[in-house]
Amino acid sequence: MLGSHQSSFVMYDEEFKRISVVIEKLLRESNSKVIFLVDKNGQLIAGCGETEHLDTTSLASLTAGNIAATGGLAKLIGEKEFSILFHEGEKDNIHISIIGQRVILVVIFDQRSSLGLVRLRVKKASEELGVIFDDLSKKAEEIEQSGNAESPFAEITDDDIDNLFS
Amino acid sequence: MSFINYASREINCKIVYYGPGLCGKTTNLQFVYQKTAPEAKGKMISLATETERTLFFDFLPLALGEIRGFKTRFHLYTVPGQVFYDASRKLILKGVDGVVFVADSQEERFDANIESLENLKVNLEEQGYELEKLPFVIQYNKCDLPNISDPEELRELLNPWGVPEFQACATTGEGVFETLKSVAKLILMELKKGAGGR
Ligand SMILES: Nc1nc2c(ncn2[C@@H]2O[C@H](COP(=O)(O)OP(=O)(O)O)[C@@H](O)[C@H]2O)c(=O)[nH]1
Ligand SMILES: [Mg+2]
Repeated sequence: MLGSHQSSFVMYDEEFKRISVVIEKLLRESNSKVIFLVDKNGQLIAGCGETEHLDTTSLASLTAGNIAATGGLAKLIGEKEFSILFHEGEKDNIHISIIGQRVILVVIFDQRSSLGLVRLRVKKASEELGVIFDDLSKKAEEIEQSGNAESPFAEITDDDIDNLFS
Repeated sequence: MSFINYASREINCKIVYYGPGLCGKTTNLQFVYQKTAPEAKGKMISLATETERTLFFDFLPLALGEIRGFKTRFHLYTVPGQVFYDASRKLILKGVDGVVFVADSQEERFDANIESLENLKVNLEEQGYELEKLPFVIQYNKCDLPNISDPEELRELLNPWGVPEFQACATTGEGVFETLKSVAKLILMELKKGAGGR
């Protein structure tokens, strides 16, 4: 997906909105509680649903660690990766899947939904999200090549950095 | 790989603390955690064995402040130091933006430092990174102990590049923030270069 030559993973307003629309639809149609998207390095990309009482930063990091560890396991037994993980709890369940090799989609749901329904809806949403992430990487590449990325960091000064730690 | 989010106006960077077992990586993160204001930090997660040895990683998210209207977050990770956890170390290095190598200054850990640094280079190369090209700093930890190696000798072996280096005592916090600040600065400078700034 995103070219490895890129030093940053970039998200723009337009794609962020498109992503939000897809995951909010997925939330409704799958009757789930929480949905979030994490990049494979553990950074939270977007989320929706009952996220207020959730430590989404920790969730993102552990999800990525989980995917990384199971990916390592997969390689050991000669699989490319396990593209779906499912954890069943007493009340809540977690469905984790990989979109386009790079982004992780996490769905948390309870008895108001079912694994079958979540699977079905995730499949459709994944396709839509895959297209958006493709668009995003194309756009990032174009902007990078055109050389006029309006990065907030082009003008950064030593003082800016020192202030972060004061 | 840093993550720049124009939608939420955030930037996230990943810093990995690497080094031999028991050199003080987890202690570094614990000190940073203790000294950081509640609103600037998330939960510190330690995936550790029952004897407090890091099993997979420690994770500490920091939100230090804003730069040019962008919330700047650093995600700090440590790796498990023991030799046999190499597979886990490789996973944690994925997408790294900056590395802190924590050396154990004690004489008896001299070889362990060299071995771990060598391991860091190999694991980075496997993923297409070069240590010399990454934001990278070295911390000589446990300098409070009596049986430490000659600092010159350590420097010669561990820091032929002359990257920023710090004497530290992670248990009291000496050198801990200096180290973090230094690698954070290198990462931001790298972003600036990538953005076409000078
Ligand atoms: N004397 C001394 N002990 C330290 C220092 N830093 C860490 N330690 C101790 O060394 C042990 C291992 O530290 P830990 O952070 O778990 O090492 P890690 O394996 O690198 O994560 C702990 O008992 C720490 O209290 C230091 O600067 N001085
Ligand atoms: Mg540790």
